[in-house]
Parts: sequence; structure tokens; C-alpha cells
Amino acid sequence: MLKFTEEHEWLKVEGGVATVGITEHAAGQLGDLVFVELPETGATFSKGDSAATVESVKAASDVYCPLDGEIVEINQAIVDDPSLVNSDPQGAAWFFKLKLADPRSADGLLDEAAYKELVG
Amino acid sequence: MRQTWRPDLESNSRLIHTPLHALHLSLGARMVPFAGYEMPVQYADGVLKEHLHTRAAAGLFDVSHMGQIIIRPKSGRIGDAALALERLVPVDVLSLAEGRQRYGLFTNPDGGILDDLMITNRGDHLFLVVNAACKDADYAHLKEGLGDSCDVTLLDDRALIALQGPHAEAVLCELWADVASMRFMDVAEADLHDVGCIISRSGYTGEDGFEISIPTASAVDVTQRLLEHPDVLAIGLGARDSLRLEAGLCLYGNDIDTGTTPVEAALEWAIQKSRRAGGERAGGFPGAERILAEFAGGTSRRRVGLRPEGRAPVRGGAKLFADADGTAPIGSVTSGGFGPSVDCPVAMGYVETAHAGNGTQIFAEVRGKYLPVTVSALPFVKQTYKR
Repeated sequence: MLKFTEEHEWLKVEGGVATVGITEHAAGQLGDLVFVELPETGATFSKGDSAATVESVKAASDVYCPLDGEIVEINQAIVDDPSLVNSDPQGAAWFFKLKLADPRSADGLLDEAAYKELVG
Repeated sequence: MRQTWRPDLESNSRLIHTPLHALHLSLGARMVPFAGYEMPVQYADGVLKEHLHTRAAAGLFDVSHMGQIIIRPKSGRIGDAALALERLVPVDVLSLAEGRQRYGLFTNPDGGILDDLMITNRGDHLFLVVNAACKDADYAHLKEGLGDSCDVTLLDDRALIALQGPHAEAVLCELWADVASMRFMDVAEADLHDVGCIISRSGYTGEDGFEISIPTASAVDVTQRLLEHPDVLAIGLGARDSLRLEAGLCLYGNDIDTGTTPVEAALEWAIQKSRRAGGERAGGFPGAERILAEFAGGTSRRRVGLRPEGRAPVRGGAKLFADADGTAPIGSVTSGGFGPSVDCPVAMGYVETAHAGNGTQIFAEVRGKYLPVTVSALPFVKQTYKR
């Protein structure tokens, strides 16, 4: 199940665990990234908490946790090479895997059609 | 995801357009409000590539939002205009030769900095370039300060562009061959594409390059001619900021303002010997008492270059500490970001003088952590001015 947030994150939900990243639209708006900071495995977040930081030459941006849950895996590849987020944001450049506090909580997020409508 | 830095929500209809506004849109610029103008922050290639292109070839910047001011002596003697301006700036204007340019500062009675500017001797008048956000205040300040002896005019009929980078000379040579004989801080008049322009060999990137003042009616024409060259790329305000930061150059409003003095800002070089204690025209500018005392006795804090040790950029506003626990505050960052050419984070800021020596390790607070930062010499890149 692929879902999206209005804050431009995507979530691929499988068995109560969501793989989370930022959308192509978001990566394009940010421009070339030079730094990514990810949360620690085991950290728990509420929906809307700042879970990661991405930085371009010009600006720092927060990536918000899209739902309540616990970080069970992070993608070190984007820390080692932030440009991966620009080249493959909705594939290899996922940010973290989140074990959802409530597996059904993703149901209320945007589907792909609704997200596309949001970003025009 | 939410960007902490984003265009204001103010209505763009109230923003002023430069003569190159439509050209920016046609080039795919992302426009943002800046100092009352709608300006390009980046084009399609983005800040990183624009920055690197400027250092590798040539970048073209629209800086028409900046103020261009003429000071014409009523007596007809340029020396009278120079001496009048010296009442407002701690700079030796009198010895500035015709066709030469010099960096300067407007100071206030407390020794703070009202604006920084470029001053040119154009033979029968002085030509100033001042910051966009300060230009109306600067104009009023000049009228009040030297209106008795000079006619002061804020030009509204000229655009200003900058062509910067190692290929800038070769590109401009195709329009005006004599440009090769100019040296850093020379200023000349030239016909580019049959348009009368004022060209200075200077800029805000640390690279060799030129700033070109063009009559508004011909601004698009001349700019397009330069952009047609395969080595030239249009560059937005984003890369302009990262280029000047790597070059160690101050941004007014960030690194210098009315709360900083020239000596605190490590800008002693902008105050020539003739205006310092013992000089033939020592003092005689606003704040002279404090500024000259600081030359002799030093200051309690100083602007320094900062190199964060990791990959995380340390941005303007970050607090600086002597210790890794954040218990001993010693200053703050005024400009910071990522330097694409040095491929690491770079910053500048003010620290207590005891911690201002190059090589001193201090700590910057970023998102609740205290990251090691080394006080470093400026600039971060080698300047390539043609002296």
C-alpha cells in the first residue's frame, strides 16, 4: 500500500511497517542535497515530530514522522551520499522504516491520485 | 517535509521588478522576494551547479536591485566630493585615482556599520554602488551629509549585472577587447553592443570578474548577448550567497550591521592609514573615536571564519561555545552553509577575542548537539583577482 502526506513524504506499508521517504516533488523543490541526518534505530516518534533533517547548499528542512511509531531501520546509503535523494527519491533513497503504533493509521493518509492533485 | 527557508507569503504584486525580470522567468528562474524586489534565487540547474559553474567558467548575476548613486561636486572639483564623502566613510577617498574603485563603509556615531559599498572615482564625479535594502537610507544619509557641496542622485535608469569567473574576461573580450587591459578594481566606460556601459573589474564571488552598469533600455539586449556565450550561465541569489561566503565576504545585515564595528568585523583593511590615528586626515567620520580606539586597544570579539568538522552545515544564528557541553557561550554564527567548491560546510561568525585565533577548536549548537568547529582563516577559497 503506497500512501502520501501533505508534507511530501511517501510511505510504503507492509505488515505494519512503513518504509518512509520524501517525494520526487519534494526532492525537486529542495534542490541538490549535501547533508542528511537520520534518527537512531529504536527511537519512537509521534506523528508530526521532526524525525530527520535534509540540507541543501542554501537551507535546512525537517522531515516529519508521518505517523506514530518506532524506527526499526535507517538507510545509511543516503547519509553517505545525500545526492541519492535527488536521483532516486521514491526508490533507493528511502529514509527509515517505521513500525506503526497502529497499523491501520496509514489508511487515513493520501493515496497517489490525491497527492498528485495536491502538488499539481 | 517542510522547508524552514521559503518565499515570504507577502503578495508578490508589491515587489519591484528589475529590467531583467521577464528574462529570468524565460530562463526558468525560481523567484523570491528580496529587499523589496522579486529576484531569481536559482534557475533550472540549481544552486550547487550554478556555484560550481561560476568557479569553473562564468556566471552572470542580475544585481540591478542594488543602488547606483552619483555624487557630483558643485565646485566641479572631484577632490571636494572626495573630502565631503570622507565625512561619512572611514575610507581614503581623496587618493582614489580616476578610474579606480575602493570598498567602503558608512559608519554611525557609535562606530556601527550602516552599509558597505563600492566607491569609484569617475573623473568629474563619484559613483557608488550600495546594498538594495539600504539604498533609500544611504541616499538620504548622503543628501543630508554632503548635499551642501554636492549633487547626489540615486539612479533609476540603469541596470547592473555581474559576470564572474575564470572565463569572464574572455567572454567580455568578445564584446569589448580592451577589457583585457583592466586590472582588479579598475573602472572604465565601454560600448557593449553599441550601448554605453560602465564596467568595473570587481565582484562578490572571490573570482576574477566584472560588474557592468547598463542603461535600462538596453539591459536585456546586453545580458542576452552575454548569455549566448556557451561558457556563461545565469546564476541566482542562492549561489551568489554560497560564493561570497566561501570568499569570506560579508553580507550586510548578516555579518555586519549597526551593532558591529569595522574592527570587530575584521575590516581594518578597508580603513587606509590616512584615516587612522596619526594619518594626515585621521578621524573625521562618524564613530571615529570608538573605531580608532579599537585599532589601538582591540575589541572583545572578532569576526572569524569557521570550519565545522563534520558534514553538517552550521547555519546563521547557531550559538558558539568554548566547550562541548554548551556551558560557556562565546559568540554566534552570522553566515553559514555548505561550500560546494571546498566540498564541506563553511561559516563565519563572531567569537570572543580569546577564542579568535586560527586553529582554535570551539563548538556550535545544532539541533541540540554541540558540533566541533575550527576557527579558520578567510577566505576558504583562493581569490583569483587579476591584480
